[in-house]
Amino acid sequence: MYQYDKYDQAMVDARVAEFREQAQRRLDGKLTEDQFKPLRLMNGLYLQLHAYMLRVAVPYGTLSSAQMHALADIATKYDRGYGHFTTRQNIQYNWIKLEDAADILADLAKVEMHAIQTSGNCIRNISSDHFAGASADELVDPRPYAELLRQWSSFHPEFMYLPRKFKIAVISSDTDRAAMRLHDIGINIVKNDAGEIGAAFYVGGGMGRTPMIAPLIREFVPLDQLVTYSEACLRVYNRYGRRDNKYKARIKILVHELGAEEYARQVEEEFAHLLDQGIEPPLAELERIKPYFADPAFEAGLPTQADESDPDFITWAHNNTNPHKAPGYTSAVISLKPVGGIPGDATAEQMHLMAQLAKEYSFDECRVMHTQNIVLPHVKIADLPALWRKLADAGLAAPNLDTIEDIIACPGLDYCSLANARSIPVSQQISERFAARGRTHELGQLKLKISGCINACGHHHAGHIGILGVDKKGTENYQLLLGGSEAEDVSLAKITGPGFDEPGIVDAVETVTDLYIAERQDGERFLDTYRRIGMAPFKEALYG
Amino acid sequence: MIILTGNDLKTGVVVWWDGQNWSLHVENAVDVGDEADAIAAREEAARRVNVPYAIEATQTDDGPRPAHIKDRVRALGPTVRMDLTLKPNDPGAAEQVI
Repeated sequence: MYQYDKYDQAMVDARVAEFREQAQRRLDGKLTEDQFKPLRLMNGLYLQLHAYMLRVAVPYGTLSSAQMHALADIATKYDRGYGHFTTRQNIQYNWIKLEDAADILADLAKVEMHAIQTSGNCIRNISSDHFAGASADELVDPRPYAELLRQWSSFHPEFMYLPRKFKIAVISSDTDRAAMRLHDIGINIVKNDAGEIGAAFYVGGGMGRTPMIAPLIREFVPLDQLVTYSEACLRVYNRYGRRDNKYKARIKILVHELGAEEYARQVEEEFAHLLDQGIEPPLAELERIKPYFADPAFEAGLPTQADESDPDFITWAHNNTNPHKAPGYTSAVISLKPVGGIPGDATAEQMHLMAQLAKEYSFDECRVMHTQNIVLPHVKIADLPALWRKLADAGLAAPNLDTIEDIIACPGLDYCSLANARSIPVSQQISERFAARGRTHELGQLKLKISGCINACGHHHAGHIGILGVDKKGTENYQLLLGGSEAEDVSLAKITGPGFDEPGIVDAVETVTDLYIAERQDGERFLDTYRRIGMAPFKEALYG
Repeated sequence: MIILTGNDLKTGVVVWWDGQNWSLHVENAVDVGDEADAIAAREEAARRVNVPYAIEATQTDDGPRPAHIKDRVRALGPTVRMDLTLKPNDPGAAEQVI
């Protein structure tokens, strides 16, 4: 894992001291809320529906055991005993007191964490593949590149007041587990025909009220030009992105209006200019970073099969693991989606347990997934039964990764001041219904994603089944969408038709899954069947 | 009726103007009529409340009921964590929000 150097630590410590003074000035009445609001948002402190909310950055979703323990301690000491893992691999606390905020940031700084750039029109936390450095199918570990970009984008003076927020994802595999092409910039670390490693840049994707899939802007950027090309992409956006209308200010609008080809041309022009300026950090810096992400000391000669005498274990191991690059190891997913639970929520006790298990079974490391689960990336296959038993004892062994129970849901109207409708109760009812009818595993991979408003934090555009909560004359109403994907087969979901009330949307989900079961051909996922037969049969089933 | 709400500056918790002070309970909220702006400005300046705003509500036997669901959720707490709401022992409270 990356470890702060003296500059990182000094910057974070200085920010804590600065914010402590700012918060005190607000409490003393020396700053108005209008004056203080941008300052607290720069430190991830929002004012939400019920209280202040603090969003803490988890760079590329990677956490050490000590960091996870610290997050648990914050939940206990300053919040109400739990936290919420988000769709950008971060964690949020819902019940923060302003008078505690600086102390929390100080506690975070002790474990090399912060909440900087988790709000505002700046480059946000950089996300990545939650199986990075572990997955059998990756080319290289994308995290050193994500870390290089994190350092470049942290406190970058030119990009602190962009037209809108800016999100970057970095992966390095053909399989996209980070919704890469639904980011402002998606980077895939690839190998070219000459065998050199470089970066493919996709620019102008995103969800929100105007969902778009990022087009490929450049097939290959050499590694010694990665920062320079990123800077060129941002510069063109910063110069020409709209500032007159916040709903048209994201880079996706600029790329769409210019056209990908013209945007790419302007980036190339700026890139050529910047190459002359020599802004690229020396490759030695990347080489300095890489050892922090070196493979842990994997043992050789390990068994590649676990004791499979327990059928419940087999179900869990089949669903919740991912093939590892090292023989005898696997990546184990801890589901934060118990049937009827709140997606992404974890109690302090659960966080402590996950930290302890990471230390015991996974080289002291865990990951936050954008699907609001937790990964132990490097687990010996032979240890899986023991790990599973400990998870099961704590209610953390739901065997439902990528099933209809593994629902992404934003906090919705239960917590969020932007929301129009509640997301969590809908997710709870869906998971309860399908679990009760024993249909979860019969349906296979089925990604269901729910947002409580058009901002799409719940990724409804990318759901095989998506649900969007809207305000219909003061009551909650839910639109149903079908056919989205955030993966390498990326697509945007389409609305089926008129919306439903809360019980109606749960029925509607059952209706479309019933049709899928009736229509599917061998090996087809829900998404495959939808793509083959189209929207019409689903509309007919829903609306008659 | 028009009632005033906001958040406590230090803790961020939701509060309602009861005519004298800021209460945690919407049941205590009073009709401020056309005084909303004046009260809000005075109270915010005194740092007794943060970002106050006026909302429409209807008077019921149980007290004021905010017109919009968002404010009804604010008045209760998260409907999915009744243990964290102001009515942890009232199983019907969440339904009344809807």
